[in-house]
Amino acid sequence: MAVAQAQKKNLTFLWRRLHTLSGVIPVGLFLLEHLFTNSTVLRGPAAFNEAVDAIQTLPLLHFIEFVFIFLPITYHGVWGLYVAFVSGYNAGQYSFGRNIMFVLQRITGVITFVFIIFHLWTTRFSGNAPTFDMVHNLVSNPAYFWFMVVGVVAATYHFANGLWSFCIHWGITVGARAQRVTAWVTMIIFVVLAGVGVASLIAFTHAA
Amino acid sequence: MSVSNEAVATATRTVHLIIERQKDPSSAPYKQEFVVPYRPGMNVIACLMEIQRNPKDKDGNPVAPVTWEMNCLEEICGACTMVINGRPRQACSTLVDKLEQPITVRPMRTFPVVRDLVVDRSRMFDALKRVKAWVPIDGTYDLGPGPRMSARDQQTAYELSRCFTCGACVEACPNVNDKSSFIGPFAISQARLFNMHPTGAMNKEDRLEALMGEGGIQECGNAQNCVQVCPKGIPLTTSIAAMNRQVTYHALGAWLRK
Repeated sequence: MAVAQAQKKNLTFLWRRLHTLSGVIPVGLFLLEHLFTNSTVLRGPAAFNEAVDAIQTLPLLHFIEFVFIFLPITYHGVWGLYVAFVSGYNAGQYSFGRNIMFVLQRITGVITFVFIIFHLWTTRFSGNAPTFDMVHNLVSNPAYFWFMVVGVVAATYHFANGLWSFCIHWGITVGARAQRVTAWVTMIIFVVLAGVGVASLIAFTHAA
Repeated sequence: MSVSNEAVATATRTVHLIIERQKDPSSAPYKQEFVVPYRPGMNVIACLMEIQRNPKDKDGNPVAPVTWEMNCLEEICGACTMVINGRPRQACSTLVDKLEQPITVRPMRTFPVVRDLVVDRSRMFDALKRVKAWVPIDGTYDLGPGPRMSARDQQTAYELSRCFTCGACVEACPNVNDKSSFIGPFAISQARLFNMHPTGAMNKEDRLEALMGEGGIQECGNAQNCVQVCPKGIPLTTSIAAMNRQVTYHALGAWLRK
């Protein structure tokens, strides 16, 4: 019976692998692009508006948005909720660093999921033109600003720690030393990306 | 003078245990406290034996003696694995002197509990069967000597072969739970052991297919508790990553060859 079970075609492996892959390509790449575009605000509102205009003039923008952002992020998010649901949580009993980060990966994933829905609703689907003024008006509300800070920190942690996990899932980092070094590197990536994101948010609060 | 004082101190020193018990597989667990006389160098098994000799709880009420499993008493068989002070470990090699008191003892609840500290670890043996953790050499005639194995591979294989299916990694793994069918870290490591054996490698695709099946390697979430609790220090997380690599190559290769 056990043998028959093993031989039965099982697609969970494929879904899980697609989940880790989509988290990096294209969702992770989009996060990097998004943080980069937002950081142009550090050079002033005009620079940000210019960067947004450059994206707005891309050919087939709706197609790119749908196929390379909307579909993969929806898949990653919905399957990710399932992963978070079927995971066990025992960091209370086993408070090893990695186990705590395992729990945080799932918590930040759920936070990011909720954050992205609200974020899209108030920006992309708000009916307002994507300009500095629109974002400035939003983050002038302290509650919204702090909500954005939490979202940015959660998303960048989830991405950086997810990279560490991705490297193991795909068999890239095999040895304990390789995994330890990658853990440090990805945490530096987290700090840098979170720093860039929060700095941009602060810049958006300054009047034009 | 000092000798008699020491003798008195030893005689009056006690060990306080809080044991989570269960009458049968379907009944509710309950806690019972015991106080047993201390002996130098005693392990948790010695405490359980003391309770068996004199089955009375802390207040002196007679109770059914605590049931547990044991065989080798030298951390080689894995039968006496239980959760002691929050960590899955072997009761034989867990010394009272190194534990904080009261000592809490409970069964590994990731497995079905048979009675008290006795659990049914059949799922581990099913998992080993699933990943074909053996080298098939049976034939109708003498097949002759197999291929040689490098000394370096022997070293790695020796490390992996020290697994005694005690269940500590399965107990500590958050992804082995009611909602998942994950076979557990040890089985992945055993698949690696037999895939690196020159004769075992002749069946490596079968093991990789099994690892990609239901409850396979994809259910690992990299919490890495397994490597922390393994009493033999087996590099389980390295095994998992190494098998992830094999499975990735196998899956992509198989798909491109079809």
